[in-house]
Amino acid sequence: MNGADLARAAFLFLPLVLLGLLVLPGRTALRVPLALIAAAVVALALPLLLPRGVLTYLASFSTMAGIYAILCLGLNSQWGLTGHVNFGIAGFFSIGAFTSALFTTTMPQGALAAYSQQLFGLGWPFMAGILMAGVVAAAAGFLVSIPVLRLRTDFLAIATLGIAEVIRFIFQNERWLANGPQPMRGIPRPFDCVFADPACSWLPAGVARWVAPLAPRDYVFLYLVIVALILAVVFLLLERISRSPWGRLQRAIRDEENSAAMYGKNVTLRRIESFVLGSFIMGVAGAVYAHYVVSIDYSHFNPLFATFIVWVMVMLGGSGNNKGAILGAFAVWGVWSGAAFVIDVLSPALQAISPDLPSRGAYLRWMLVALLLGLIVLFRPQGIIQERKKVSDFISDGRS
Amino acid sequence: MAEIVQNAPERSDDRTARERMMAALRSRTALGLALLLTLAVFWLLGQQQGATLSEMLSLTVWGVMLGGIIALGAIGLTLVYGVLKFPNFAHGELVTLGAYGALTFAAVLPMGPPMLPFSFGWELVAALILTMPAVSLIALAVDRVLFRPLRKRVASLVLFAMASLAAAFFLRSAIYLVWGSDFLFYYPGRANPAIDFPLDIRVQADQLFVFGLAVVLVILTWFLLERTRMGKAMRATANNPDLAQVRGINTERVIAWTWILGASLAAAGGVMYGLASQLRPEMGFWLLLPMFAAAIVGGLGSPVGAIAGAIIIGVAQQVSSAFLNPAYGPGVAFILLVIVLVLQPQGLFGQGGE
Repeated sequence: MNGADLARAAFLFLPLVLLGLLVLPGRTALRVPLALIAAAVVALALPLLLPRGVLTYLASFSTMAGIYAILCLGLNSQWGLTGHVNFGIAGFFSIGAFTSALFTTTMPQGALAAYSQQLFGLGWPFMAGILMAGVVAAAAGFLVSIPVLRLRTDFLAIATLGIAEVIRFIFQNERWLANGPQPMRGIPRPFDCVFADPACSWLPAGVARWVAPLAPRDYVFLYLVIVALILAVVFLLLERISRSPWGRLQRAIRDEENSAAMYGKNVTLRRIESFVLGSFIMGVAGAVYAHYVVSIDYSHFNPLFATFIVWVMVMLGGSGNNKGAILGAFAVWGVWSGAAFVIDVLSPALQAISPDLPSRGAYLRWMLVALLLGLIVLFRPQGIIQERKKVSDFISDGRS
Repeated sequence: MAEIVQNAPERSDDRTARERMMAALRSRTALGLALLLTLAVFWLLGQQQGATLSEMLSLTVWGVMLGGIIALGAIGLTLVYGVLKFPNFAHGELVTLGAYGALTFAAVLPMGPPMLPFSFGWELVAALILTMPAVSLIALAVDRVLFRPLRKRVASLVLFAMASLAAAFFLRSAIYLVWGSDFLFYYPGRANPAIDFPLDIRVQADQLFVFGLAVVLVILTWFLLERTRMGKAMRATANNPDLAQVRGINTERVIAWTWILGASLAAAGGVMYGLASQLRPEMGFWLLLPMFAAAIVGGLGSPVGAIAGAIIIGVAQQVSSAFLNPAYGPGVAFILLVIVLVLQPQGLFGQGGE
């Protein structure tokens, strides 16, 4: 095992620990050491067993699936918890992405300014950009929720779909805001100096020596750690919130709105709160996405990639269950990515059917995801992991 | 203290006045006035941007014609909502299928000379007539596979909406697979000169044809709904499905005819939209928001309302292009939709209450 493998293993360790804590059963006291040991073994084994290209692909796959998992958690806090049918995820996702891009980039200077326009560029650090992305998306969610949340479910679905389209039109057509139809480039990657040749000055010498064998193309391993941490924070927050009295009230409103109102609860305000919370999380996901792909434009936020697939993930994983949402994100993203390989393999057969078909193979993936959603709706609308109907930690639910 | 007591009745009076004002704001007349006011503001904004009177009149006339196309889609949307009680997000794809279906039929048929002053020959009219039942069959198949099992289970509205979203993406991916993502035209490069009308209004002959056909189809639909047994059964089912079934109306048959009618009109709308601009796989999705807006402005479940709403939406979209980037057209439709939802969610002609 050489230094590069060891360094990659070190980066994989933390995400694997978090994964272990998520999936391993049992009590906390037992789970933590078990997860640590398992993660250490797997982290050391993976670089040895897999060729470097496969390992890098796995890391970038997990990063993207992790970003989708954050989006799914955002949707789950709206749909799973309170029953909002938000068909406009793409809108809040894009607001988060562009907000963080505006706050963290600097204004284009000199000749570049002629090609690239943006409203402002403050050059703030990554964490501040993420926070602002969440705040601005939440503010947008709040503005939207006032006229729209009083509506019935079907109107809400139509209205949110419209909002996402309007937001996309704005990012497409307003040059001054975020460079119009052209992509916004050069969104800084956090801590990317770690892999530069003279590593960042603030990096301790020991760590710098540790990561020295890695090149900038290994950056995805570092970003996987960042995504995993943010995902874990959002997950813990939502788990805590949905067990709190506030979370119970949200489910009460979802299941029996009139009864909740009869008990003197302010139903409208609570519904707005959960919508804003979900928008905040979607905004954070947008920021995490923007800093990962470095260059974003309006076309990234079309209804397929940013709304439809997220719904399929949450429906597959299990509405109202945060673990299910994460599982759904990885499963559907696996299907989506795996289908690309299958279509590649099948391309001679497609060629035989029609010469145009291989170049349109990408749309077979759409079809597959649409079929998946149809099958879920028809045969398992509650998803893989059902919501746990647990009223309180202090009342046994009959199983234990 | 005394002051507060003195003020109290005045304040409560004030509140009732406000309540009365809110109630007046939420009436149907007020909604109609608000929509007209929005159109008037759009008109003034357009003139402020330097558009001449005749340009604004032309835009209005084009808006009415766009409204005719939107109406064909919106009637189907509103009928499906009335009878099946869910918003059908796949309706835009029926529009797209209609447009592309006619393209394929027209390519198979022998091409005739253009029927002057129109830019198309008889084969497009024949293709239009062929594509309507073809799209109806597709809609019936989707209903059979997807929506009927959900109906049997009495699934929630959200599941129906999700299912229609799945159907939308399935159909759109099929359209991409069969016809590709390029822009297509029924008659690439064929000239279609505009005809001059009084007041400097210029309209293409094709646009006139599109509008005339839309009017004919709308009248036929009205006749079908008001004068035939099936139309009456459809309206009865929309009003009260249980009562309709008890009275011996075959609900499944009514649902099938709703799909056939809605899909045929959507397909015709697609052909007209393709004739007026170009064919692209996203065209139906682009029309979905205006169609929903039209159906909601007019009141979901009301075909007459859908027509009125479609004309308002069409005019608003075209007139707004005098002062706004035309790409925002669906956004303008959305603004009107929000105005209606906030003021009076039942729309102009919808039934009050639940």
